[in-house]
Amino acid sequence: MTITVRLFASYAEKLGATEMTLDLEEGSTVADALRQVASMPGGSHLPPSPLVAINLSYARPASALSRGDELAIIPPVAGG
Amino acid sequence: MMRAAIVEAVIEPAALIAEVSAETNGAISMFLGTVRSLNNERDVGGIEYSAYSQMAESEMSAILVEASSRFGIRHAVIEHRVGTLRVGDVSIAVVVAAPHRAPALDATRYIVDETKVRAPIWKLEHYTDGAREWVGAGATG
Repeated sequence: MTITVRLFASYAEKLGATEMTLDLEEGSTVADALRQVASMPGGSHLPPSPLVAINLSYARPASALSRGDELAIIPPVAGG
Repeated sequence: MMRAAIVEAVIEPAALIAEVSAETNGAISMFLGTVRSLNNERDVGGIEYSAYSQMAESEMSAILVEASSRFGIRHAVIEHRVGTLRVGDVSIAVVVAAPHRAPALDATRYIVDETKVRAPIWKLEHYTDGAREWVGAGATG
């Protein structure tokens, strides 16, 4: 199944991209997606358990992913 | 009325006050966050704010709903600006109106505090020595 990964701020700089498509096995979790991203050039700069969101809502590494989901990997926030 | 928005234009406090005003409200509370010239003893030239806008607006809207439930407020607006801001520019404005001051003040603080820890918004600080640094990048998620 295919999902979209969104990257921002320092993470986007490290990986050299703001968006990418991942091909995952059915039943994959956020953790599975993170492992794949971590294996990419620059991916080693990501922390072991970054903040993540699925379809605009915060999620966890164990959260299940579905086809067409938008997974955001969120650097430490600093608004305000 | 309750409104949360990520904006690119300059924030206009007077317009936000007008937006929440109502005859039934006897108190208007406003918080403005501004870009300051010094952070961690480094001279700041400016800040680039960026956001996962759809989710930031979703989170800020949820925070307004929570504030309504906790403090009974019905008139509130929050705007967070993104783009390149200079020292002195307003980055965030929260305006709350209520019949009495306690709920207005308490809700304002709640909305600001929750937004700062939940909204997916980031700051790239530019220093006068030419360096740049993502704020909070040393922390882990």
